[in-house]
Amino acid sequence: MAKIFIYPATSLILSDLVSRHGHTPLSSAVAIRERVQTAGLESPPLQITPEEPKKGLKWAAVEVPSGVRGRMSLYGPMIEECEAAIIINDADFAFGCMGCARTNELIKFLLRQKDIPRLDLNYPKNEEEGVKFVAAIKRFLSELGGKK
Amino acid sequence: MTPPVRIAQLSCGPDYSGVQHEIETAAHEVNGEIFFPDIALKDIRRDFDAFGLDVRSPDLKLAIARAKALVDGRVEADAVFIATCFRCAEAAIVRNELRRFIHENSKLPVVSYSFTERTTAGTLLTRMEALTTIARRRALLARETQQGITLGLDSGSATTKAVVMKDNKIIGTGWQPTTEVLKSAHGVIETALAEAGMTMKDIQATGTTGYGRFLVGKDLNANLVQEELTVNSKGAVYLADRQHGPATVIDIGGMDNKAITVMDGIPGVFTMGGICAGASGRFLEMTAKRLGVDITELGPLSMKGFGGRVPMNSYCIVFGTQSLVNALAAGSSREDVAAAACHSVAEQVFEQQLQEVDIKEPVIMVGGTSLIEGLVHAMGELLQTKVVVPHHSQYIGAVGSALLASGFIKDE
Repeated sequence: MAKIFIYPATSLILSDLVSRHGHTPLSSAVAIRERVQTAGLESPPLQITPEEPKKGLKWAAVEVPSGVRGRMSLYGPMIEECEAAIIINDADFAFGCMGCARTNELIKFLLRQKDIPRLDLNYPKNEEEGVKFVAAIKRFLSELGGKK
Repeated sequence: MTPPVRIAQLSCGPDYSGVQHEIETAAHEVNGEIFFPDIALKDIRRDFDAFGLDVRSPDLKLAIARAKALVDGRVEADAVFIATCFRCAEAAIVRNELRRFIHENSKLPVVSYSFTERTTAGTLLTRMEALTTIARRRALLARETQQGITLGLDSGSATTKAVVMKDNKIIGTGWQPTTEVLKSAHGVIETALAEAGMTMKDIQATGTTGYGRFLVGKDLNANLVQEELTVNSKGAVYLADRQHGPATVIDIGGMDNKAITVMDGIPGVFTMGGICAGASGRFLEMTAKRLGVDITELGPLSMKGFGGRVPMNSYCIVFGTQSLVNALAAGSSREDVAAAACHSVAEQVFEQQLQEVDIKEPVIMVGGTSLIEGLVHAMGELLQTKVVVPHHSQYIGAVGSALLASGFIKDE
């Protein structure tokens, strides 16, 4: 059983796959909906207070925009806690999406810096790539010792 | 009850910065209602591609798609508020381009703002009030002549000003530094009324603006209590006799600066603020004090100097003062230092604020600082244009209030 950080952290599909293999997904519980009626694509369900960007100073300096630091106050502890990571690059919005490119760059960098098992994949563009994509994730999760 | 003004928010980062509640509170206080244009994921891809600005952040792509939906009329709104994180370069580009895009392709008033986690509803209030005023009071802002006898009062952060107007003419003025808000207000009203040869009983309508507008407005039972962005721009085009067509109004104030693009007397895009007091009238006040001259003498003094001979960057008022002291200690002339201080303030307003509005000629400078010749000259050089300073420019807020207040005079 491993605690696995998933990127995009909003991906319900990835979160479900990780859980099905008996691991613990570290992610946010924000679903991307077909219609966006909130401030951002993955607006937090609870109000983030101005204290959160200050907590984010642990991962990003004061000259980094407050939106990045606010997100890092949420994802920074998860990155520290995780024992493995799955990173999906250039994912479709519907697969899971995080609104700030600078935060995304920082999250991926911090995960790549950690000495943990990591799966770095590009989002599939066709069915054939899709099959390989799912197989790679399954294989990675199995090798981490979860359920078959 | 008047329905709230619907303000479409295009943004990136306010929720994770913890300031979304502040934005909504500011809007609510001026009977505005923030909403997020409803967009489908597939529209984001289509509209973002069509706009052609290849940004990486998905929330900025969402903001672009929402702007297109507003311009195309797929979503209805009364005004637009664009907000992104301070210090994000990508967001700054999008914020600027969206503001320009909406301004050029719709009649929606727009204000843009870059926030930090320290942004409060109070900071946003005047901007939100201006948005709702433009959206709700177009008929009032269309007024071009003053009628009857009206009093306008501008309770500013540094000075309080009053004017009495009669039949489209200024017949009395009063000015004094703001100390106790109400005391200063009554002081300038007394002076203005005495000059006009009138008493409060003769006044048919009153308008207030500036930081103390609510307090003074309540005390005077004013007919009009309105923020200084719309009032000053109205006053500026009125006094400069440029009520038709485009204009840009610049007001470098004691506490913050305003840059407003105006079309037919109605503000379109505006910015308000300034990073530090080094870009405000306060810095020039300090300069005058250090040079041992009255603020009224700083302008003529600076016109005799050459600012290029003194290195000065008043990005911060403390460091700006340090440059000033260093220059004097190194033997620079008072004239050169005065000119450098004017150039430094003008340069900062140019770099920090005028980039957020599209400069349209004529450029009209108003407020007390417009009387400092060196500052107007420096701004003209930076903008490569002749800056217009109308008569009574230091009373701009009071004149705008008196003009607009005449719309409240009941026919007898």
